Amino acid sequence: MEFKELIKKKVRNQFGDAVEEVVEFRNDLSITISKNNIVDFAKYLKEDSDLQFVTCKDLTAIDWATRKKRFTVVYHVYSFKNNFTIRIKSNIDEEPPQIETVSSVWESADWYERETYDMYGIKFINHPDLRRMYMPEGFQYHPLRKDFPVIGIPGSLPLPKKVE
Amino acid sequence: MGLEAKFLQDGFITTTIDSVITWARRSSVWPMPMGISCCAIEMIAAADPKYDLARFGSEVMRFTPRQCDLMIVAGTVTYKMAQVVRRIYDQMPEPKWVIAMGACTSSGGMYRSYSVVQGIDQFLPVDVYTAGCPPRPENLINAVMEIQKKISKTRARDFQDNPLINVDAH
Repeated sequence: MEFKELIKKKVRNQFGDAVEEVVEFRNDLSITISKNNIVDFAKYLKEDSDLQFVTCKDLTAIDWATRKKRFTVVYHVYSFKNNFTIRIKSNIDEEPPQIETVSSVWESADWYERETYDMYGIKFINHPDLRRMYMPEGFQYHPLRKDFPVIGIPGSLPLPKKVE
Repeated sequence: MGLEAKFLQDGFITTTIDSVITWARRSSVWPMPMGISCCAIEMIAAADPKYDLARFGSEVMRFTPRQCDLMIVAGTVTYKMAQVVRRIYDQMPEPKWVIAMGACTSSGGMYRSYSVVQGIDQFLPVDVYTAGCPPRPENLINAVMEIQKKISKTRARDFQDNPLINVDAH
């Protein structure tokens, strides 16, 4: 059986209705999972002996602005054993924008989640150290949200006084 | 050269203290290479033998602000980096000058973005703006020569009462 078919079958058997959508596009496999199952799902992908998705290569989010479930958190995970990357997605509500952390499964997700929190304001529950990654700590906004102006909000970032 | 001819004739010249000081000052402007991004590469190229900034006495890039007269801000200044740039500027002894090298430092350039300062003149007194993205080394050398012209017009007493570091600046 082809590996993608194997993943689909195993995941459907294991998680049933929690798997919201499975999309295959140009040899990429994307699986949308309900946000309540994300940690179990991550653990399963990592620890199953056939799959072994041991590396979290990237983690980010999408702001859909107008959708009811405003944000989608996107994970890219890689299996060395099978030389294969899959994409995991999870849709979350605008209020509250939060999802369980997967840094307990993949340690590399730690800083990716901090970055996503910084840019989108998505809270990762039980994250060991959820501070901002790029923006100064006192900053109040989340720049990659669609309602944030590209040029920024005047006066929101401190600048040294002008030398007279 | 003019000076040697003078010595052959009478063995002395008449001048003013101010002229001697500005002559010395403009002939050895030591830059602080504030190379933050890609403009830094052109700044380095300006100092290499092909373009040879040494012809104008400015080849001595000092990596401590305490020994510099001229800050060449070469690259995109973000709001976070602005604090650092200003702190280094404050550590340079008076008198001091600033070149805003390239589009980013002059106006934010193509980075019309929340993270980039739209022109370092919001927090630094810029003397010469240099166009280009990045500017050619010749352009930077031209900017240094403009600084030299500016220094020539100064008088020693202009700098007498300035404190070395303005502690209340922040």
